[in-house]
Amino acid sequence: MAQNVRAYAAAVGTTVRSIWHGMSVTLSHLLRRPVTVQYPDRTPLPVRDTLPARYRGILEVDPAICTGCQACERACPINCIAITLEKDPANPKQRLVTQFDIDEAKCMYCGLCVEPCPTGSIQHTREFEASSADLRTLTFRWAEKPFPVYKVAKDATYYPRAPLGSILRPMLEARRWDARGPEFLPPEPPKVTPDAPPRAPGAAGAAAPSRAAAGKEHKP
Amino acid sequence: MNQPAALPGAPGAPTSPAARRRARAVLGLTLAVGVGLPGLLFGLIVALTPLRTVVPAGWSEGQVFLLHAVGLAVLAVVLVTFGAVVSGITVWWEMRVFARMSSRVGYNRVGAGGFLQWVADAVKLLLKEDLVPADADAVLFRAAPYFVIVGFALTFVVLPFGESLVAADLNVGVLYVLSVTALVVVGILIAGWSSNSKWSLFGGMRSAAQVISYEIPAGLAAMVPVLMAGTLSMQDMIRAQGAWPWEWNVFTNPFALVAFVVFFIAQLAEGNRTPFDLPEAESELVAGYLSEYSSFRFAIYFLVEFGNLWVMSAIAVTLFLGGWQVPFVGPEVYAAARGAPGSIPGAGWWGLQVLSMVVFVVKTLAVLNLIVWIRWTLPRIRVDQMMSLCWKYLVPFAFACFVGTLFWQLLVTAAPWAARATGYALTAGFLVTAFFFLRLTLRNVSAAGDRVDLTNW
Repeated sequence: MAQNVRAYAAAVGTTVRSIWHGMSVTLSHLLRRPVTVQYPDRTPLPVRDTLPARYRGILEVDPAICTGCQACERACPINCIAITLEKDPANPKQRLVTQFDIDEAKCMYCGLCVEPCPTGSIQHTREFEASSADLRTLTFRWAEKPFPVYKVAKDATYYPRAPLGSILRPMLEARRWDARGPEFLPPEPPKVTPDAPPRAPGAAGAAAPSRAAAGKEHKP
Repeated sequence: MNQPAALPGAPGAPTSPAARRRARAVLGLTLAVGVGLPGLLFGLIVALTPLRTVVPAGWSEGQVFLLHAVGLAVLAVVLVTFGAVVSGITVWWEMRVFARMSSRVGYNRVGAGGFLQWVADAVKLLLKEDLVPADADAVLFRAAPYFVIVGFALTFVVLPFGESLVAADLNVGVLYVLSVTALVVVGILIAGWSSNSKWSLFGGMRSAAQVISYEIPAGLAAMVPVLMAGTLSMQDMIRAQGAWPWEWNVFTNPFALVAFVVFFIAQLAEGNRTPFDLPEAESELVAGYLSEYSSFRFAIYFLVEFGNLWVMSAIAVTLFLGGWQVPFVGPEVYAAARGAPGSIPGAGWWGLQVLSMVVFVVKTLAVLNLIVWIRWTLPRIRVDQMMSLCWKYLVPFAFACFVGTLFWQLLVTAAPWAARATGYALTAGFLVTAFFFLRLTLRNVSAAGDRVDLTNW
């Protein structure tokens, strides 16, 4: 605090000078063009194309070269991959992948599933814009149509993988952000036993069984 | 039924007779204050204001009274709506400017340039639940926003908009403004106390300390133009000034220039604006006195806070910056366009009114932008700094200006050329200062390796 006239005048002077410079700095910013890049409308390129090549985005599976070895399922530390193999009824020697679900909502993008894959079928893409209103739409079903497992030739040095992202991107573009999540299993009929007391209408929701079943399904 | 006990003041279902009685008392008091007080004021104003000149001849006393009442009600609605809309638009404009000042893009999603954002915000706020904390003093908690909004709306009674565009040209105008704005503090104190929250209480107490302290320099500085004009009426104070900058109070008297700065700073503090927004310092007090508010009551506080920008700027323009005076249009021009008293004035007169209103609004918006600019430049000051600024700097300066103006008026009475010469000198000084400021700003722009670019606004 000012103890004498000189310090008092100096305090006033400092205040005026600092306000003078501060106001000038903010005004100069007002006159300049903002540095913000307005995502997502006005980016010069789609952001996914500006990401580094080894960016770990949403997983993509190329069914054409998947051997059905389930190495990725075993490698996943949080069990977000679920694979089911069945025999082809038409051709008993041929095995089919009937379920290949990856829950991207649970995935932690560690990349451990990519490493053991013998053919490079499962890969991280640079896609990341998949936000949606329903969590269950984030379960990507790669075996919507069951596909036969890929037979690796003895002397193979090359696997014909589709270009990275070329399968996933149409899937992402086809769906709406507020699309309803799929019902993975048909809802079970409510179990009514004659001895049980009638349920209060609000206590246990009628919709609960189907939700629970659907939630249970893609947890291996 | 195994319900938990109803919270006091909660609008749900008060089950006990005591809670029901309390709820009824709250409702009754709210209605009594909310309807009764404006109704009483309205009745008083209708009964006391003479407005017989424009009424066609042959109307009975009752018809004249009815016409008068309807006219005043319409005027009140127009003014309060104006305050609310201006406050909303100010929010939008302030956020736009703030974004640019921090090299960002802001408010650009809702409507053209994000203009409808303030409507969206208001609608969102109105749809929220009106919460009253469990241990709050429900009556006071609900009543506090009324004090705030009334203190804000009442200032519009004397705020001039043009030569004849003013709700009531009270002969105690400045005194009236200073007193009704103090009603806002009452509301803030009540809000801080009744919320039963430490954040709110600290906010309310800080606000009371701040506003009461800054009333003194603000009042003393406001006395300077009062001394120069010899009247307290807002309109007469504008009429005492001229249209050109060298005829404004702020430039015709060096003491008034200092008084303007003091008054401006004190107004910022009274409006709880940065750098004096200690009562709602979010880093220390969450949101100060409005921490516990939600929904419409919260919206009212924000409406008042941003509407106050207009009020502050309009008062500063009225007292120091020449108000609505239009160059080359003196009082005799208005009188000539007005025609005979008792008749409805012609289009020329209305055009002059609109012109004077445009001048006033432009000046007010300029000052409003200055306040916005200051807000996003200066950081918040500490409580002790706020107090020492008031008592050790502003009050002495305001006193010195007050006494100086007394002697200045003696000088001007003896030698009227002194005011004119000072006007030219200070206006020139202002222009030189503005030139150096702009030069510094342009240097700041080029020092950053950038250039002046106003595209993408």
